[in-house]
Amino acid sequence: MCFTDAAVSTEAAREQPVDRTPVIVGTGLSDYPKAPHLDGVQHHVQAFQRALADCGIDKAEIDGYVSAGGGGIMVDDAVTMAEYLRIDHRYVDGTMTGGSSFEFHVQHLAAAIREGLCDVALITYGSDQLSRMGRRLGTGGFQRPGSRVAGPIQYEAAYGNSLVGAYAMHAARHSHEYGTTPEQLAEIAVGVREYAMLNTHAIYRDPITVDDVVNSRMIADPLHKLDCCAITDGGGAVIMTTADRAKDLRQPPVYVLGAAGGETHWNVSQSPDFTSCAGATAGPAAFGRAGLGPDDVDMLMFYDSFTITCLILLESIGFVGKGEGGPFVAEGNLKRGGKWPLNTDGGGLSSNHPGMRGIFLLIEAARQLRGQAGEAQVPDCQVALCAGSGGWLSCIGVAILGAEHP
Amino acid sequence: MGEVVTPDGEWQRPLPATDEVNAAYWSAAAEGRLLIQECAECGQRQFYPRALCTHCGGEPRWLECTGRGTVHTFTVVRQMGMRPFRDDLPYVVAMVELEEGPMMMGNVTGCDPDSVRIGLPVEAYFVRAAEDVGVPMWRPAA
Repeated sequence: MCFTDAAVSTEAAREQPVDRTPVIVGTGLSDYPKAPHLDGVQHHVQAFQRALADCGIDKAEIDGYVSAGGGGIMVDDAVTMAEYLRIDHRYVDGTMTGGSSFEFHVQHLAAAIREGLCDVALITYGSDQLSRMGRRLGTGGFQRPGSRVAGPIQYEAAYGNSLVGAYAMHAARHSHEYGTTPEQLAEIAVGVREYAMLNTHAIYRDPITVDDVVNSRMIADPLHKLDCCAITDGGGAVIMTTADRAKDLRQPPVYVLGAAGGETHWNVSQSPDFTSCAGATAGPAAFGRAGLGPDDVDMLMFYDSFTITCLILLESIGFVGKGEGGPFVAEGNLKRGGKWPLNTDGGGLSSNHPGMRGIFLLIEAARQLRGQAGEAQVPDCQVALCAGSGGWLSCIGVAILGAEHP
Repeated sequence: MGEVVTPDGEWQRPLPATDEVNAAYWSAAAEGRLLIQECAECGQRQFYPRALCTHCGGEPRWLECTGRGTVHTFTVVRQMGMRPFRDDLPYVVAMVELEEGPMMMGNVTGCDPDSVRIGLPVEAYFVRAAEDVGVPMWRPAA
């Protein structure tokens, strides 16, 4: 079916050339950080309605749908959600790589839109992690006592590791090899908090210092409470289309300049390198497609599940050399006014983290590139790089977005 | 052969759902032997057990390890909501680099969690969690 549609679109394109450069035209956030009046599916819905209103596109035009759901107790997998929202799609994708899913979705949709597999595509996400599921994600474990565990996780299940512990093992090895200190990691949390103070919705808005971070409770050595992201409710929606279709919509288009993804492992015990991640391949691939390099980037949206996640993304994608991240962040380069401002919405560390944060990276990057970020606006923001980390620094998706047509 | 110990009371931690590929690994551990796989064709060693060699796609065979390794990286878990682990806080979760090459996750026990360091030599012992299931554990090498 897809082949037929592609052929039709390709023939149409020959007759009347259209600019099929993929763009983001609509974004929406559902209520956050705490929204007890919404369940997970309702977060999808509210974010979608707001994205529709944002760009002014007709719902009936949507012919592509993507959701990463279905991994938990919610019934929000792509085909169920497409039915619920009643999206009559001719392109559907349920890629689930954890929190980085949405950067992979942009990669896939950019290709699908260029190829003509769909013309207007919707990505939605929603989670009631805080109101319904409690804060067990980080340190609650994954298996019930005495249960039988199938698949590769059975080689970890008996040892009681936590999600925080998985990232902590990366931080410990990075510190061992490169001398990265808790204070250097803390600088990331402090800088992101400064942006959260500008976001009235952010869950944590009080100023913090490096001392506050390193003196906060140790959760899994060497990661302290304030090295860890929040648990919140929230949802997001992104509408993508062609540059051609974007011409008469309400918002200026945000161009997908290059996107790429990679996987080094899924389960943390299969990680081949506890100091790096697949950003080492996805980053250069995304830059290659965009024809850009790190110095062309004006701001960063990294999946800040933990402070160490940002440091490893920064190094692996190539913004600094391996092992140079600690001193670099300590110089304030990722803070407001620094070389590469990081997570201008307050990030997962201080604003919102409903479980899979990757869609918010895209939405905040679009806000910056449209010049609509208010007090948090990065001056003359032309290029933003979104880097999602899914699993345990397992699946890395990189999407480079721009304000100008490439 | 490593020491096989019986748990204090009933084994409360998750158990593996054994299958045709991995049953030998778990039952060997119940007898105090640590197995990894080595490819009969290309010689690659791997852990966890799989039906194929991840390097060449060939047929893996079992290789018995010495049970000696070093701590490649680790954390001390200090917050955990799930039983029975929360009753054991704080405890060490480590990646152990086996003498034979591959790495595996485990707990390092029998020492102060704060004394564990990357590079610490460790040796395997085994907890008999069920009749045909031994769970490899680690402690500082004698």
